[in-house]
Amino acid sequence: MSEAAGERISYRKAVRQAIREALERDPRVFLMGEDVGRYGGCFAVSKGLLAEFGEERIRDTPLSESAFVGAGIGAALGGMRPIVEIMTVNFSLLALDQIVNTAATLCHMSGGQFPVPLVIRMATGAGRQLAAQHSHSLEGWYAHVPGLRIVVPATVDDARGMLAPALECPDPVLIFEPASLYNMEGELTEAAGSADISSARIHRPGKDLTIVTYGASLWRSLEAAEALAKEGIDAEVIDLRSLRPLDDATILGSVARTRRVVIVDEGWRSGGISAEIAMRIVEQGFYELDAPITRVCSEEVPMPYPKHLEDAALPNPTRIVAAVLGLFADA
Amino acid sequence: MSQLPSRLGRERALQLLREMVRIRQFEARCAELYSAGKIRGFLHLYDGEEAVAVGVMQVLEPGDAVVATYREHGHAIARGIGMGPLMAELYGKRSGCSGGRGGSMHIFDAATRFYGGNAIVGGGLPLAVGLGLAEKMQQRKAVIACFFGEGAVAEGEFHESLNLATLWKLPVLFLCENNLYAMGTALARSESQRDLHLKAASYGLRSEVVAGMDVFTVEHAVRDAAAYARAGQGPVFLEIRTYRFRAHSMFDAQLYREKAEVDEWQQRGPIVTLRNWLEAAGLMTEQDFQRIQREADAEVQQAVEFAEGSEWEPVEDLARHVYAEARGP
Repeated sequence: MSEAAGERISYRKAVRQAIREALERDPRVFLMGEDVGRYGGCFAVSKGLLAEFGEERIRDTPLSESAFVGAGIGAALGGMRPIVEIMTVNFSLLALDQIVNTAATLCHMSGGQFPVPLVIRMATGAGRQLAAQHSHSLEGWYAHVPGLRIVVPATVDDARGMLAPALECPDPVLIFEPASLYNMEGELTEAAGSADISSARIHRPGKDLTIVTYGASLWRSLEAAEALAKEGIDAEVIDLRSLRPLDDATILGSVARTRRVVIVDEGWRSGGISAEIAMRIVEQGFYELDAPITRVCSEEVPMPYPKHLEDAALPNPTRIVAAVLGLFADA
Repeated sequence: MSQLPSRLGRERALQLLREMVRIRQFEARCAELYSAGKIRGFLHLYDGEEAVAVGVMQVLEPGDAVVATYREHGHAIARGIGMGPLMAELYGKRSGCSGGRGGSMHIFDAATRFYGGNAIVGGGLPLAVGLGLAEKMQQRKAVIACFFGEGAVAEGEFHESLNLATLWKLPVLFLCENNLYAMGTALARSESQRDLHLKAASYGLRSEVVAGMDVFTVEHAVRDAAAYARAGQGPVFLEIRTYRFRAHSMFDAQLYREKAEVDEWQQRGPIVTLRNWLEAAGLMTEQDFQRIQREADAEVQQAVEFAEGSEWEPVEDLARHVYAEARGP
């Protein structure tokens, strides 16, 4: 069932294939969450896995986010390697106690005796008209918490490749899968490659400015970069991939070359991860900058339902292009 | 002491008494050390509830796991964590059983499978469910002893966890230490159903009330429950009725209960009950009891000296243990 490099595959199928291989490779691995079994996953990610692996390892849970996330922590401590699926980041708030008070603290509180090798996957972000309780981008909140590792695969390569190293990691890893990307198709560049889960990647090299982004906004930024190329502006686009740790070296290295930065984040602006990124650039690269750092974030409203308002609330290529052109207005 | 099995010998009874006295003397010293500023943070003492921890730990096998609360010195001592590393933890020293990072509320010990020391009321229950799941999925036979107070019964995690453990028939002992007060809020002021075992029973698991001032009764009930869980028949809920003699924490002025009520419970305390029974049966003298106390005091004194003599963790190590240091396979 292994895909070959160059094969086109959906993001959804890439995640499924990663889960399948993890289950095949390690008997300690199992998948647990709401509707992951008989229903096939609320986004159909785990479709077919129940038939392949059985009820013990594809484990449907009640609607008890706190209990099954906590059970994942306990199972990890007990020698298993659980993959816990939470339907969306909004629902993960029902398990916030277990994630922040337990998963993130046990290793430290126990003086290193009890690290928690747990993987939690969840959908994040907007774009499917699911309104204000299914569409938010709260991964930046989680990135605030020491003890957690936060990754956001934006490409099929990363959807396919980030799970294995997350499972090998002795610490809790939260994988945020942008819901709007599940249907996206892409070409696998590395057949079964295990991606690293702590570094950023320059997705599109360029020399005139740096766009720092992640998740679904990577594709909006790349579209903006193409439009800018027609204006004669060569944008470099960085896919952060990991929000904790943040790969300062890749960001600062790029800024040192381009001297201009736009940060594109589907999270809200106030107190968001975009503010953290900007401040790190200021702290470590202020004198490299030829223009103020600019941000394109979601509008500060709970996500509205109608398509035109949802579109207006999200970062989009037009807004990104406008932000970039603003940086060159006085150049 | 009606539950005392006839085969129980004098030595066995004295051993249980000794365990309870060890906890009582340890806690007494902790209170002094808190006043002296040696121990800081929150300190929750276990006086009055010793029969629960000691009764439970008689039953557990070395491979079994324990999930405890923030009032867990008694659980830790009865489980076999040395008083030295325990006291050093309360001091915040590097030689503490959690490396000094946890303090009184966060006692951990891998050697005895002691998973905290959880200061979020109800937070340990899902963890215990997961530990039970790991046992079951790996076809191992350990049981998980999960302690929590009656205050946790009001938390959502209690309900979610009992449901999940019963649904999956996991080997978890849900041990509710019902001491009647969630900090300062009496059970009657917070629960619509005060018979907590009835509330638990609604999830379809085995659920019983246990007289928690009698160490033999506790041990007997837990032995039955553990055998049931170990045999794969599912979780058990025990509502163990007990009482906290001291304040909730060192900051508590105890405005919410009458001294007469505390006095009345103290007369039924687990240590005095067993002591009186042993003396009445001619199995122990006043001098025997004093010797047990002296031995416990000596052990506590050694623990204090160990803690005093231990080093502070260097500040350069501050960022350690946020993430695992030994990368897993």
